[in-house]
Amino acid sequence: MNKRIGKQTVKLTQPISIISSANIVGKKEGEGPLSQYFDTIMSDATWGESSWEKAESKMQNEALSHAIQKASLTPDDIDYVLAGDLLNQCISSSFALRDLSIPFFGIYGACSTMAETISLGSMLLDGDFAKNICAVTSSHFCTAERQYRQPLEYGGQRTPTAQWTVTGSGSVVLSKNGNGPYVTHITTGKIIDMGIKDANNMGAAMAPAAADTLKAHFSDTGFEPNDYDLILTGDLGTLGKEILIDLMMHEKIDLRDNYDDCGCLIFDADTQDTHAGGSGCGCGAVTLTGYVLSLMKEQKLNNVLFMATGALLSPTSTMQGESIPSVAHAISISNNLHFGG
Amino acid sequence: MSYSKKEYSDYVERKSQKSPIVRDTISAFIVGGLLCCIGQFFLNLYTKNLGLDEEISKSAVSVTMIFLGSFFTGLDLYKKIAKYAGAGTIVPITGFANSIVSPAMEFRREGMILGLAAKMFVIAGPVLVYGISTSVFIGIIYYIIKLF
Repeated sequence: MNKRIGKQTVKLTQPISIISSANIVGKKEGEGPLSQYFDTIMSDATWGESSWEKAESKMQNEALSHAIQKASLTPDDIDYVLAGDLLNQCISSSFALRDLSIPFFGIYGACSTMAETISLGSMLLDGDFAKNICAVTSSHFCTAERQYRQPLEYGGQRTPTAQWTVTGSGSVVLSKNGNGPYVTHITTGKIIDMGIKDANNMGAAMAPAAADTLKAHFSDTGFEPNDYDLILTGDLGTLGKEILIDLMMHEKIDLRDNYDDCGCLIFDADTQDTHAGGSGCGCGAVTLTGYVLSLMKEQKLNNVLFMATGALLSPTSTMQGESIPSVAHAISISNNLHFGG
Repeated sequence: MSYSKKEYSDYVERKSQKSPIVRDTISAFIVGGLLCCIGQFFLNLYTKNLGLDEEISKSAVSVTMIFLGSFFTGLDLYKKIAKYAGAGTIVPITGFANSIVSPAMEFRREGMILGLAAKMFVIAGPVLVYGISTSVFIGIIYYIIKLF
């Protein structure tokens, strides 16, 4: 049976459910508008570990273990874990999984990782290659700052378009045995690079990728924005969000009614001094696993298009003056198994 | 995409909020000026009250200001002042101390030699390289001029 619809989208034929989810966030995120949706709020940036990197690894380990436990499963029941993060060689993920003995696929999609791991996990399940799969990702403000920017105590000023890397880890358990919410459609993004070079303006770099994937999604599936209760991008931030609305208007697609961005939801820009909003793998992951899945459980949201965006730059490419290639992956999550017919 | 890279970057340029240059400049002027006043206070203290020689006092003031910059960096306070002061805290000698102490603190976990010692000049290094090179260059010009 052909599961492919259109050039970039697949429609899953089996009921792939998100049977449980868990998340952990840092102190600042825990003081933000979404605090009630988080399972664990860390008391400080190191969380009892001797380095920020170890803390990030522990966050993934705990988020993953907690999600498996919430699903009343054990690590033995998990066929694969798909994980990724922002650090060089994805050390947060591989170090987090050292003791869990689960077959592991390491994924790098920068901040698009949550949507990418759920996409691939759902396809593996739909292809009958597994029964239960975990997807997990994380980011940490301190580890990301030191890798991509300046030491934390350096006295510099952030530009108005700069975003704040979310400290957080989110994990889901995907299974063929569940009662939803279901992953129904997956639109995989292409690399888009519109020539933005400013690493402090990642919203502008990623918005064209989001627009491209969104356009492909609507064209492949025949859906319209109003078919969704919420269209949610991962971490475009306030500027990227406005740009995406503009770009889609240009394509005669109106997003103004039901579109938002995790980077805008997770912090209160006025009181938390986060400039253009949150970013990082954790931004989309904790907003999805906390806010979105909670509201879906309460049936306040039934059909959601979650689209995480990734800026695929490195400190080396930035120093060499390269522009920022970006990608956006979209997944339809619905309480209705037959969403879209 | 139905627009070119040039059109897009022009659009983003127009759309992106700019740094508040007037406000930043004023606060840099005030905080930078205050730091200089603190330096002057120590110079007066060392020369008039402690009776130190003026040349020695100048060095002592630099040492004092470097200590204060480093100390406030360690207390997690320097960056909080710098957030508002910008160049006002970067340009004086306290900023130089901050630029060396902040990576030293951060890379301590990677070891004393390849972490702390190697990385502590990651921000200040270029200032040293070009600062010293420029002073040598100017010195040579000065020497040549003096010959005539």
